[in-house]
Amino acid sequence: METVWFWLVAILVAGYVLLDGFDLGAGALHLFLAKTDDERAQILSSIGPFWDGNEVWLLAGGGTLYFAFPALYASAFSGFYLPLMVVLWLLILRGIAIESRHLLHNAVWLPFWDTVFCGASALLAIFLGAALGNVVRGVPLDKDGSFFLPFWTDFQVSANPGILDWYTILVAVLALTTLLQHGALWIAYRTHEPIESRARAAARKLWFAVVALTPLVTVASVTVRPGLFNNFSSYPIGLLFPFLALAGLAHTYRAKSPITGFLGSCAFITGMLTSVVFSVYPSVLPALDNPGLTVHNAAAPLYGLQIGLVWWIPAFLLACGYSAFVYRRFSGKVDKPAAT
Amino acid sequence: MDTALGLHRLHFAFTVTYHYLFPQLTMGLALLIFIIKTMALRTGNPLYEDAARFWIRIFGINFAMGVVTGIPMEFQFGTNWSRFSKAAGGVIGQTLAMEGMYSFFLESTFLGLLLFGREKFGPRLHWLASLCVFLGSWLSGFFIIATDAWMQHPVGHRIGPNGEIILDSLATFLLNPWTFVQYAHNMTGSVVTGSAAMCAVGAYYLLSGNHTVYGRFFLRIGVPAFALSALIVAFPTGDMQGKLVAEHQPVTLAAMEGHFDTASGAGLNVIGQPDVEKQRIDNPITLPKVLSFIAYGRWSAEVKGLNEVPRDQWPDNIPLLYYSFHIMVGLGTIFIALGAVAFLFQRLNKLETCKPILWALLLCFPLPYIANTAGWMTAELGRQPWLIYGIMRTADGYSSRVSSGNTLFTLLGFMGLYTLLSMLFLFLVQRELAKGPGTAEVH
Repeated sequence: METVWFWLVAILVAGYVLLDGFDLGAGALHLFLAKTDDERAQILSSIGPFWDGNEVWLLAGGGTLYFAFPALYASAFSGFYLPLMVVLWLLILRGIAIESRHLLHNAVWLPFWDTVFCGASALLAIFLGAALGNVVRGVPLDKDGSFFLPFWTDFQVSANPGILDWYTILVAVLALTTLLQHGALWIAYRTHEPIESRARAAARKLWFAVVALTPLVTVASVTVRPGLFNNFSSYPIGLLFPFLALAGLAHTYRAKSPITGFLGSCAFITGMLTSVVFSVYPSVLPALDNPGLTVHNAAAPLYGLQIGLVWWIPAFLLACGYSAFVYRRFSGKVDKPAAT
Repeated sequence: MDTALGLHRLHFAFTVTYHYLFPQLTMGLALLIFIIKTMALRTGNPLYEDAARFWIRIFGINFAMGVVTGIPMEFQFGTNWSRFSKAAGGVIGQTLAMEGMYSFFLESTFLGLLLFGREKFGPRLHWLASLCVFLGSWLSGFFIIATDAWMQHPVGHRIGPNGEIILDSLATFLLNPWTFVQYAHNMTGSVVTGSAAMCAVGAYYLLSGNHTVYGRFFLRIGVPAFALSALIVAFPTGDMQGKLVAEHQPVTLAAMEGHFDTASGAGLNVIGQPDVEKQRIDNPITLPKVLSFIAYGRWSAEVKGLNEVPRDQWPDNIPLLYYSFHIMVGLGTIFIALGAVAFLFQRLNKLETCKPILWALLLCFPLPYIANTAGWMTAELGRQPWLIYGIMRTADGYSSRVSSGNTLFTLLGFMGLYTLLSMLFLFLVQRELAKGPGTAEVH
């Protein structure tokens, strides 16, 4: 039952990264791909109807994590206290920036809101990547299963690590590059020329960066955590996950249209995330030198997990239905006369 | 109180108080917008459509503020109250996750449709969107109240061999009698805020002579809603809430009233300042026997005083609790009086020309915010020193690994950020009010 919830939380997290990922990427890129205010508005309206719905996936993931794995929620949220608070501030700034741009047509303030939106989006992508890096590397859990990490110490992977060290920064760079590519493909899919060509060109350059970084991060991960890939030799079926990532990457390269390239990027992100999740299982938050918190010692008691399935599954299907509805309503290119 | 505990409490108190300024308006307005949209759908009157569109824009700004300040609330259970979350997450995590899965997806989907306007989606789908946003926001309120009600009056769980809190029956937890009373009281309170805002805008438009057609319509909807909700928030819902507190949290009741010694036929202090050291009320004006009556329904009933229990079980900020309770009740009384007078004048067709009442309605709109905040402070300060009543003390619930220096850092960060948010919010709302309902552009 714990393992079921482990995968359900993973699905919500993957859903969040896929969905909010493209609006983070597009947000970080819009300053560079658009040459005029109209073009910029076109890019922003390509994510306008979606971004707040996408963030709900984060809240849903957080809430689900809370009741299924309360010990993990308590330990991770208090241990990653500082970066989470910064993430909250960035989410607030980002929401305010896009809404203000939308409501206040003021030539002086527009570039300000656009810059805030761009910076907050890029930093969020970096923090998400660093968080993933921290989960792979492990954290200094004490005997109660709690910890506290500063932003950085000496940037080394040691017994006294910070949120940011060379390894987690490397993962963060890969995450940023991946989400930028994801966002560029989305922009290409939803906007008109000349933005579409620029976004395609950017996506192609970012593709090469992703291809260069992925093996580097993979090697670094085994260096930091030598036993990381043991699950793959015990359960070779898990090799499907990295295979999915590679297939997605190849698909993006060969894709003729932006939307198929975007779907390839979705497959790559899903494959990478599931590979990580599969490798650390049964840990959910490893300590530096032992499994730390696992699905078994962090999960809520059985009754709560069982009764939770009863209401959670219908709610999840409803949520998927709403999301599908919104994406169908707003599929295809954005309205040409640069809706603001 | 040690510094870390105090800062974690202040952190949560500040962010949640600020956050709740927005949902209390949007939950109240969601109902009123749904009523106006229903009138518009039935009559096809374009005035109603314009009025609805105007309030939807105000709603949208408030909703966005509620969302961005609400996300930190869910995070803070883990960041600042990790020991509480670890112990109680298996129980209250259920309702918090339900809020995300059932309410937030519903709201975020249909708010988009509501904001995008009628022209794009047709009147029926637009009306449906107003219904879904109303249901979503009121459902969200239910899950939050169910969570708080469990902390006030825990049911449906058992304590395991190592002191852990284990969910025993989801149904018992969700059907907590405390939840329904608190929910009714709280949601009526949000209608008071929403309808007071509608009355104030209506009164302002009539007093200024701009958009008077709309001003009149806002009063036609707002005044009855205000009068009715002001009454219901006191009777029966506030009264029932008081009786629950008297029954299950007698210490809290005594502290709310500054009632130190047990007495039969206890009086209600209308005015007075509690002096906890000397155990008395300074400058009291007391209604004899009234406290006994409102707590137990009998004039001579015995009301337990604070001195019945050891000091370490007293709420730790009795003066603030006392004032919060009295401000809530005092303002509630003013709302009932103003609502009744305004409603009477409206029935007699004299409201629109009666400047003093229009002024009173205009000036009244901040007061429900204060009353709702004071009500929540009464509930949360009254529960102290408990975080989960009778099970876990507040001092045992905060994140002990997060130092007070880091907590102060993020508290200051939130204060600064929320100051900027307030400025932007006031500017945006003022712009909508100045634009008015008639000439508004659609977006």
